[in-house]
Amino acid sequence: MEQKDFVLAVEGLSVSFDGFKAVNDLSFYVDEGEIRVIIGPNGAGKTTVLDLICGRTKATDGSIKFRNKELTRMKEHQIVHAGVGRKFQNPSIYEDLTVFENLELSFPRGHSVFGALTFRRDKQVIDKVTEVAEMIFLADLLHQRADLLSHGQKQWLEIGMLLIQDPALLMLDEPVAGMSVAERKKTAELLNRITRDRSVLVIEHDMQFVEDIAHRVTVLHQGRLLSEGSLERVKNDPKVVEVYLGH
Amino acid sequence: MFADYSSSELLAIFAMQGFAGLSLFSIFVLMALGLAIIFGQMGVINMAHGEFMILGAYMTYLTSNLFEALMPGLYGAYFIVAMVVAFVSAGALGALVEWAMIRRLYHRPLDTLLATWGLSLILQQCYRSIFGAREVGVSLPDWLMGSVAVTDMIEIPINGLFVMVLTLLIAAGVYYLMYRSNWGGQVRAVVQNRPMAGAVGINTGKVDRMTFALGCGIAGVAGSAFTMIGSTGPTSGQLYIVDTFLVVVFGGAASLLGTIASAFTISQAQSTMEFFLSGSMAKVLTLLVVVGILMLRPQGLFSLKIRR
Amino acid sequence: MNALKNNLFKRQDLINYGLLAILLVLILPLTLDIFRLNLVGKYLSYAFVAVGLVLCWGYGGILSLGQGVFFGIGGYAMAMFLKLEASSPEATAIQSTPGIPDFMDWNQLTALPWFWEPFHSLGFTTLAILFVAPLFAFIVAVAMFKRRVGGVYFAIITQAIAAILTILIIGQQGYTGGVNGITDLRTLMGWDIRTDSAKYILYFFCVAMLFACLLLAHLVLKSKLGRLLVAIRDREDRVRFSGYDVSSFKIFVFCFAAMLSAIGGAMFTLQVGFMSPTLVGIVPSIEMVIFCALGGRLSIIGAVYGALLVNAAKTTMSEAFPELWLFAMGALFIGVVLAFPNGLAGLYQTLLQKVKERRAAAAAQKTPATPAIAPRNATSDPEPAQGIGVPSQS
Repeated sequence: MEQKDFVLAVEGLSVSFDGFKAVNDLSFYVDEGEIRVIIGPNGAGKTTVLDLICGRTKATDGSIKFRNKELTRMKEHQIVHAGVGRKFQNPSIYEDLTVFENLELSFPRGHSVFGALTFRRDKQVIDKVTEVAEMIFLADLLHQRADLLSHGQKQWLEIGMLLIQDPALLMLDEPVAGMSVAERKKTAELLNRITRDRSVLVIEHDMQFVEDIAHRVTVLHQGRLLSEGSLERVKNDPKVVEVYLGH
Repeated sequence: MFADYSSSELLAIFAMQGFAGLSLFSIFVLMALGLAIIFGQMGVINMAHGEFMILGAYMTYLTSNLFEALMPGLYGAYFIVAMVVAFVSAGALGALVEWAMIRRLYHRPLDTLLATWGLSLILQQCYRSIFGAREVGVSLPDWLMGSVAVTDMIEIPINGLFVMVLTLLIAAGVYYLMYRSNWGGQVRAVVQNRPMAGAVGINTGKVDRMTFALGCGIAGVAGSAFTMIGSTGPTSGQLYIVDTFLVVVFGGAASLLGTIASAFTISQAQSTMEFFLSGSMAKVLTLLVVVGILMLRPQGLFSLKIRR
Repeated sequence: MNALKNNLFKRQDLINYGLLAILLVLILPLTLDIFRLNLVGKYLSYAFVAVGLVLCWGYGGILSLGQGVFFGIGGYAMAMFLKLEASSPEATAIQSTPGIPDFMDWNQLTALPWFWEPFHSLGFTTLAILFVAPLFAFIVAVAMFKRRVGGVYFAIITQAIAAILTILIIGQQGYTGGVNGITDLRTLMGWDIRTDSAKYILYFFCVAMLFACLLLAHLVLKSKLGRLLVAIRDREDRVRFSGYDVSSFKIFVFCFAAMLSAIGGAMFTLQVGFMSPTLVGIVPSIEMVIFCALGGRLSIIGAVYGALLVNAAKTTMSEAFPELWLFAMGALFIGVVLAFPNGLAGLYQTLLQKVKERRAAAAAQKTPATPAIAPRNATSDPEPAQGIGVPSQS
């Protein structure tokens, strides 16, 4: 199979924790520019798949190719440099730093020890940070300590940290969970804007949200691929119906 | 280094040193059991653990003096009473310390380490003020004196044998408590998921306090055993604290069997080497090997692969 | 846009450094006799260690209980040089082997061990002071941090290393001077370091070195690396997904702290005139942590005050009430951790903040037309040190 067309090619991926197979012989492919949503009941292995792709968990077996680069043997920060960004389920930001500093740390320059020592906060950095802060609705809060932000604002900040990294593949783990209706709307708008020129992999439960953004949907069940295709197709797949209703 | 000895001599040396090592093994196991419960189950580093052990030792000393003065006829039985006294007093102090200090620091493990170090300094000075700076010892009851001659070259002291049997009994008791009893189930439930354990009706604060008290109580019993093989001074406990921490970490913090196996390995290595090298070099070598192995295998010898 | 500039020295920083400089350069030398001033110099040599601990523990969240090891490496390197100078063949003519240090002679050594040879050279000794400790720290740190061992495990391992080194030094009397250490040091390149004038000069040299180290530490903390350390302390995992190799930063800061400690050790030897294993082991190493904790684990200047205060108290109390000292020390450990996790610097910051607020409130009363300015100022000009709370290590 010619793989050049895929931004992400996952093949035969497995991982087991003490004999428990959290992900079992999973294969799927994501096209350049595609927005793919992963759904599945609790414990289906959705978050584990993201963990495997971004290097947080090491695969027991199988391969993950990002633009034909094998990710399974790379360290987390190398995967980031290759162009994969990840947003965690719970807002994962640096509470003791300000919004500005949070964004600044994600700026893709000065990532070695020496680079960090000699890093200068020049115009380029300030402009980029201000631009992104504008986009994530936090322009007025640049000097606020991050732990004082609301839950929704923290989610936005983390999305902003990803934007500054400018990844080619963006992975989002339940980006609208725990948000108020107003925040949810704003977030959908934000995601619509930022997902335009990149490939995106999203885990989400909110079906309305999935319908809004998904190009294709992958359904996981007990670590295996259950169904894949357009949301319409997947919804009518009897296997999927059984898993969701049989619970 | 073996060339100077005949093979039968070597055998005898290994046996005798091995047995001498078993005394060290007993102390390691008893101290490490308490530490492993507190560290493995609660993530708390108790730097004052040695002082809890010494509290038990002083309690044993007091009990033996009491028996000697009031009921010399029953002196042979004092040790049983002393163990109970040691367990209860160290456990009670542990519960008090948990209430006053530790429970405020559960999210800051490195800070518990400093605070318990402060506690150890205070306890040491208390012992010095109350019992004096000189080491004290207990006289063994008659039935623990003497030794069993296995061959004409190998003799095993009865008190060492007794302490070892005691150690194994306590270890078995702890195992039962932690893995077979209802209470142990609660402790492990709290370790795995504190909010959930609280939600199903376990009083997590009380479980923490009892766990800490139990760990300290076992250290107290260790102190009782300690009086059988050495004399007690205000700083005797501190001498063992680094070794015991290494025992716990080396064994893989959450594994009881691992703790015992690692205590055995370390004590035997040290004791056997002691015969051939000077005592200090034996210790340096043992610790170096342990630290070296831990650097290569930081999770310890016995540990499970878990999803983080 | 001005607020976005990352000023290396804020006005408050300059005031704080100035106050420390006035105390160390003017007030103490003018009010204390040379014996006491020499003691202050000794305390200041611990301040180097405490400053290193602020970086590595306060900011990076790496608690090392083995800083005495690095202090000892620096101190012993200096002492070895001075000892060799004091053991010229003429000065040691009565020994059975003249020209080697006296303790070697007592231990029936008949030749200088090979690893002592290079310490005839001051250049080599200086290099050894600066680089042996960081090199050793590097080996330990690579082994531990590359495998993502940290927190409590790291503390225990470093403590074990301190124990090992002490036992080794005490056990190898012939090579190290044993439990007494290396004593009876006299001259540095022919200059007698035991005279009062030499002690004055060494004191000021020590203060100058301390300020150089403070400046270095300040620059590190004000660089992006300083903010990165805070980020690593709070969310090590997340930093990896911002594209950083976390272990290399931890290794760097641990080595840097080791170098500061080694310089402190060398300062100690120069001013006190001996080096012994009692300064290397578990107890001194953990006491060094309390210097840092009392001063404020997030303030390098606070660390200097912490080292001065704890040691001054120790000297005073152990002269007057030796039996109370351990109680006081124990209470200090517990009290700082439970009640003042940000130490003296934290109290000072709170005080400054209150003064600021009161002034702002007074100003607001005078010009009631712009009452909104005071709180906005408070948020738009945050002091980095006060903005960073107690780490919740896990």
